[in-house]
Amino acid sequence: MTIKTFKGGTHPPHDKPAANKPIVTAKVPSRVVIPLSQHSGAPCEPLVEVGDEVKMGQKIGDVKAFISAPVHSSVSGKVVEIAPHFNPGGSSPMCVVIESDGKDTWADDVKPKKPLEELTGEEIINITKEAGIVGLGGAAFPTHVKLIPPEGGLEALILNGAECEPYLTCDHRLMVERAEDMIYGAKAMMKALQARKCYIGIEVNKPDAIAATRDAIGGDSTIEVVELEVKYPQGSGKQLVTAVMNGLEVPSGKRSTDVGVQVSNTGTAIVIADAIKTGRPLIDTVMTVAGSGVNESANILVRVGTIFTEIVEQCGGIKENAAKIIMGGPMMGGAVPTLDFPICKATSGVLIFTKDEVVMHEILPCIKCGRCVDVCPAFIMPNFISNAGEQNNHVEAKKLHVEECIECGSCAFVCPAKRPIVQWIRLCKSAIWAMSSK
Amino acid sequence: MENLAVEKRFVVSSSPHVKTPETVQKIMIDVLIALVPAVVVAAVFFREKAIIPIVICLVAAMATEFLLIRKGIFNDGSAAVTGVLLALTLPPGSDWWLCVIGAVSAIILGKYVFGGLGNNIFNPALVGRAVLLASWGGRMTAWLSPVDLKSTATPLAEPGQAALVDLFTGNVAGCLGETSAVALLIGAAYLLYRGHINWRIPGGYIGSALIMGTVMSAAGFGFDITMGLWHVLAGGLLLGALFMATDMVTSPVTPNGQLIFGIGCGVLTMLIRIYGNYPEGVTFAILIMNAVTPLIDNATRPRFYGEVKK
Ligand code: SF4
Ligand code: SF4
Repeated sequence: MTIKTFKGGTHPPHDKPAANKPIVTAKVPSRVVIPLSQHSGAPCEPLVEVGDEVKMGQKIGDVKAFISAPVHSSVSGKVVEIAPHFNPGGSSPMCVVIESDGKDTWADDVKPKKPLEELTGEEIINITKEAGIVGLGGAAFPTHVKLIPPEGGLEALILNGAECEPYLTCDHRLMVERAEDMIYGAKAMMKALQARKCYIGIEVNKPDAIAATRDAIGGDSTIEVVELEVKYPQGSGKQLVTAVMNGLEVPSGKRSTDVGVQVSNTGTAIVIADAIKTGRPLIDTVMTVAGSGVNESANILVRVGTIFTEIVEQCGGIKENAAKIIMGGPMMGGAVPTLDFPICKATSGVLIFTKDEVVMHEILPCIKCGRCVDVCPAFIMPNFISNAGEQNNHVEAKKLHVEECIECGSCAFVCPAKRPIVQWIRLCKSAIWAMSSK
Repeated sequence: MENLAVEKRFVVSSSPHVKTPETVQKIMIDVLIALVPAVVVAAVFFREKAIIPIVICLVAAMATEFLLIRKGIFNDGSAAVTGVLLALTLPPGSDWWLCVIGAVSAIILGKYVFGGLGNNIFNPALVGRAVLLASWGGRMTAWLSPVDLKSTATPLAEPGQAALVDLFTGNVAGCLGETSAVALLIGAAYLLYRGHINWRIPGGYIGSALIMGTVMSAAGFGFDITMGLWHVLAGGLLLGALFMATDMVTSPVTPNGQLIFGIGCGVLTMLIRIYGNYPEGVTFAILIMNAVTPLIDNATRPRFYGEVKK
């Protein structure tokens, strides 16, 4: 079996403290704050009012727009408030606040669907939409939109089990513990997409996940595990396509479906399986809690709408000298000033770093060592772009193809001059975006 | 907002939140380590006539930088590298004032008129050397024999005369750092191992010089592999190819650009050596290629991921 990969990339320190920790279930929160916009696309309108009794899995928000996903209650109880709530993602979205009655009574319409063999592709897409499923890999794009089959079907569906970010282990644990359901979900997605093949890309540092997945596939020749080299950003969509499809590139400005491939996340396949087998909408998610600033790292199944603080407390709380909170992985995740906001469907983890890991480096001029050019998986020139960005020269940055940057952070990771390249790139991109939309 | 007090505690900064332990200073220290073998060999062959110029250049370069920017005497370490590199291009027993002028020019004209490390176009040590060559050409080519420390000519003055094995070990007249190929190769191997240089620039440089030296001479074309080897081992070519041309700041960042840069240095060096007025061409070859580095980088920009040919 050959080990596949893409060109470029780097090797951040591979800390995965929770890799061998089975998924535990968080306590049922007494109160959940459920944002009505947890996905890219149109935000939902509330379907409930303050004072309403709601059941677990009951739809509490929806909207007509196609690119959107409904939102469901993650507990049974009473709606006590509908108001905007702080979210570090920028805007403060409307949230439905529900006080739990502690009973977890399921809504009546949460019932198993027909077996997969009897479902049509359209029905699968509908079930996915109704269950409020979004991509769990990060961008939280509504999954049903991605399941629409292109004309003539699809070459291949690729499930992303690379999990190349340090610390994060939720996908890894899900593959080990729920491989059967993942394959079930993969088959459902293949049926909807009319995909001829399904490849599940897993980095070779997760042999247990590879073995479990192979076991679950059994004799099915349409689904295959692709072993991937341990390299960052192996789990980035385009890089994954290139690795798995032997060098195939997604052309600039196009989608992977334009070259006959769709990419989704392994965790997403599992929630689709849940939606079909039990009728359960997406009301909880597995996340990793890790970093030197937490007392106990964990992979933990949490209800959507739980406040981060509660989850971190269940992991022994944070240390005295904790100094940084990161939503997601250390390479691409965003730093936030507080834990006082709710967990979303696509939350993959929270990392807490202590003071000694939060070093503020002096930013030096670029010494043109070329390391960033060597590692950039987009094959652009981060050094020159960073110079242009530093001087606010957005025109020059555009000439250097700054828009092709996938913000993986490899360049800034390897830079010996500690240049905040990604930060400058983001500023350039938004300036260019603002210019062109004038 | 009651949690503002808590918020102060947590740093918010752009991703990535982990960074390589590598720093500019660590790279410069590695370059200094890589120069140790060459310095030791120079000290063994030329004794105080090597040690004194090296120390003076080192101190003068660091002091100049310190006076200019006052950021700690070692700062990022690049001034120390410049000082040692410059010293290695000087003849043994160079006068103290020659060393000082060279080092001060290297730091000021080579680096700070351009805005400091990273912004300089030319290799600072070579700028220092070029100033000295232009002003005191005679003193810059006053060679000593390592055997008896008496005056002698550089092997480059009489192409093909010195024994290859002497060139290899360093038992020949020349600049402090030019004499021993072995010492330079050991240092370069360390830099390769540490990932600070790659094969492209030295490979392009040495390879093209070897080929040109083999097939060309002032008398016409021919084929003589010993002459090719002789050109590679004699004079400052190895010091230039391994330590000067590979200077990150003043060489291209693209892989193809690095190869072109190396080949360009090799070709120019040989053209100057065979047809030019100076017996040695390394300094000007590299300085010329430094000047065209931005053009090379521009012309060799890699094709970006998913780029569609228009
Ligand atoms: S420029 Fe963008 S794509 Fe390239 S390494 Fe940096 S963050 Fe990644
Ligand atoms: S890694 Fe940093 S110092 Fe090196 S070329 Fe890139 S931006 Fe410049």
